[in-house]
Amino acid sequence: MNLHIAAQINSFLAALVLLTAFGMLTQKRIYGLIHLFAWQGLFLSLNTAVVGFVAGKHHLYISSVLTLSLKVVLLPYILHVLINRLRIRKEVETVVNIPMTMMIGIALVIFSYHLTAPIRELSTLITRSTLAIALATVMIGLLMMITRRHAVTQIIGFLALENGLFFAATSATYGMPLVVELGVALDVLIAAFIFGIFFFHIHTAFDSLDVEQMAKLKESD
Amino acid sequence: MNFYPFISEILQIGIVLSIAPAFAGWVRMVKCWFQGRTSPSLFQPYRDIRKLFAKDVVLAENASWIFRFTPYLVFGTTVLAGGIIPMLTTDLPLSAAADVIVLVALFAIARFFTALAGMDIGTAFGGMGSSREMTIASLAEPAMLMAIFTISLAARSTSLSQIVQVMYSGQSVLRPSIAFAFLAFVLISLAETGRIPVDNPSTHLELTMIHEAMILEYSGRHLALIEWAGMMKLTLFMALGAVLFFPWGIDVSGSASGGVFAFFFLLLKLAASGVILVLIETGLAKMRLFRLTEFLGSAFLMATLGMLSFFILE
Repeated sequence: MNLHIAAQINSFLAALVLLTAFGMLTQKRIYGLIHLFAWQGLFLSLNTAVVGFVAGKHHLYISSVLTLSLKVVLLPYILHVLINRLRIRKEVETVVNIPMTMMIGIALVIFSYHLTAPIRELSTLITRSTLAIALATVMIGLLMMITRRHAVTQIIGFLALENGLFFAATSATYGMPLVVELGVALDVLIAAFIFGIFFFHIHTAFDSLDVEQMAKLKESD
Repeated sequence: MNFYPFISEILQIGIVLSIAPAFAGWVRMVKCWFQGRTSPSLFQPYRDIRKLFAKDVVLAENASWIFRFTPYLVFGTTVLAGGIIPMLTTDLPLSAAADVIVLVALFAIARFFTALAGMDIGTAFGGMGSSREMTIASLAEPAMLMAIFTISLAARSTSLSQIVQVMYSGQSVLRPSIAFAFLAFVLISLAETGRIPVDNPSTHLELTMIHEAMILEYSGRHLALIEWAGMMKLTLFMALGAVLFFPWGIDVSGSASGGVFAFFFLLLKLAASGVILVLIETGLAKMRLFRLTEFLGSAFLMATLGMLSFFILE
């Protein structure tokens, strides 16, 4: 596999990651969101493996497998179980309407392109052009956390943001040291468990996962 | 002087005129098979058109010249569009005269006059259809242009022949911008040709129809021309998608044998695209009108992402 084809596959997978990020931004159904999140994880893991192959950094294979097991299998499974337990069925409510969110998303992509342009000029890695996509994925994850009212979707937004950070590390410096990546992976896993516990508490206290309800903390008497 | 390009131009227009009803018949046939019904013959649309041509025209009393003029205009612009798209060979004289933006404009003219004709008679359905059609058009056309700009950027030209030649030479194996543009193009073609998630071509149900509502008052040869133009538009969109994104087999050398070879490839690609169209149509239900903004918004999003990824990734 020569370098040119590898770079093409790399940028194609980056485009797919961006597409799934936008898909999550516009998806209304909660199961659809989780599936898209799993797809994003899959593309990310494939991308990491390709970068590892091209750069000859073998520890990237381990992070690729880690991403695959954690973000494609385990986290979506945990979210599935949570949703089934909490019996969340209805469509996700958004604060801003969807076409508007799309436009903001596009603006964010342009913004991150401009922001990373100097780095792109300086860097010599073949993954340098995907850095803009990675930053855009982070921002879209953030946007998703802002525009959604539901606690579960906000968590998925957070996890998508983490995907973007991981992607940024891979494309900017061929990945973080393995110890750091293992630590981050463990953190995300623990975070998912803690979120699960919090969901149950919020659900029992408010009988809903709509975070709007948490604005009124005072007990009415 | 070399007459070959002119002959191929005339031949191509002839082919578009003659195979469009067969293609429409093919789509209906495949759809029937998928739904487990007995299908009408492949040549049924030809019979329908012949029947309509033989019938008298019934005109409303207050029909103006716009109403009588529109079928000819719609038919004419569609035939002209058929002359622009390089389906068999890239060496088309008309293709050099008009680029892809003109192509979009030709379809826009046809749509504009259809909408006017829908309102001309003053029936409730016509006005409703026109209003819906223009709502869709205002969303679909920017997305269509955006997708076309993305491809033009990748090919560094807005001329269709040039684009097809660049695509044919094949540096576009895994280009994200082209893939995004293709996705956007599929969504837009469904909207432009009035297929199922947007409009249902086979019903006259008053609540949902869009294109049918506008042409409800037409009869006789006027209706025949409009129906024929509609079939051609469907064929042209499929052929355009085929030559832009999968230009295998098209004749770039300008030889007669290459042309025949390209013709069989075109038939093959049209047959395949008909099956894919039916798969999309049977897999989806018709959307509510108010959800179309999301559908066409995502087409616009794809096209814009294609353009952005051209700058970012390539």
